[in-house]
Amino acid sequence: MQVGLTHYLVVSTLLFSIGLYGVLTRRNAVAILMGIELMLNAVNINLVAFNRYIAPGAVGGQTFALVIITLAACEAAVGLALVMAAYRSLETIHVDEINVMKW
Amino acid sequence: MPEARCPGGELGAFIILSLVTLIPAVVVVTSGNIVRSALSLIPTFLGVTGLYILLHAEFVAGIQILIYAGAITVLILFVIMLTQGGSGVRIRQINEQVPLGAMAAVWLGFLILLVVFRTPWQIDATSVPQYNVSSVGTAFLTDYMLIFEVTSLVLLVSLIGAIIIARREE
Repeated sequence: MQVGLTHYLVVSTLLFSIGLYGVLTRRNAVAILMGIELMLNAVNINLVAFNRYIAPGAVGGQTFALVIITLAACEAAVGLALVMAAYRSLETIHVDEINVMKW
Repeated sequence: MPEARCPGGELGAFIILSLVTLIPAVVVVTSGNIVRSALSLIPTFLGVTGLYILLHAEFVAGIQILIYAGAITVLILFVIMLTQGGSGVRIRQINEQVPLGAMAAVWLGFLILLVVFRTPWQIDATSVPQYNVSSVGTAFLTDYMLIFEVTSLVLLVSLIGAIIIARREE
């Protein structure tokens, strides 16, 4: 039995659902960012798998996967900086306790 | 194609790498210890790297190790260390919408799987993959030039923004 496109899409779907569950159920802002990273990884698996099986002659999917990896690094940096700023002024990183927009 | 030499090997490697990816991912979202969650991200990222190598995307695999397993995990661990008050083991880590979140995740996964299995994908088995670093670099500097430049601009802006947000107020 050959590994096909569907196998990769199933793994990517499961990873995306796990990440979504983490984003929806966590209180800790850092854990929410971890869930977002899992979802971005699932999307990257999708892009590279489509690149491999639908258009193997081009590298468009890998290019976009690299762009998404870069943007994920940006998102992690800015998100964690926001977590640090919130922790410094509010003394908590639980998103259900952060209920002011200006301190 | 070299993979015709060992027919069952690719499937076996795929299954092992999928398990290496998915089982730590479950630990990431369910563990009550936030440090264990952060460390479980590493095998997940390494499993995804293995899937990239299986898909003949070696350059993306290298970048994945450098940025995800190297940089982002360390960044997350640093922030957990610096925000010690909110990350203890004794503190409740999940909110009250666990059933709702599980339902949403399962339903979305079910819908995506339905789409995946219903769609007739047009597999292109004829053309040979020509993946290497130079073709990715050529694509970046010819067809995807604008994306490349805008991404570098976004990287610079987020760098400055992260420094300004996290800076201690005088």
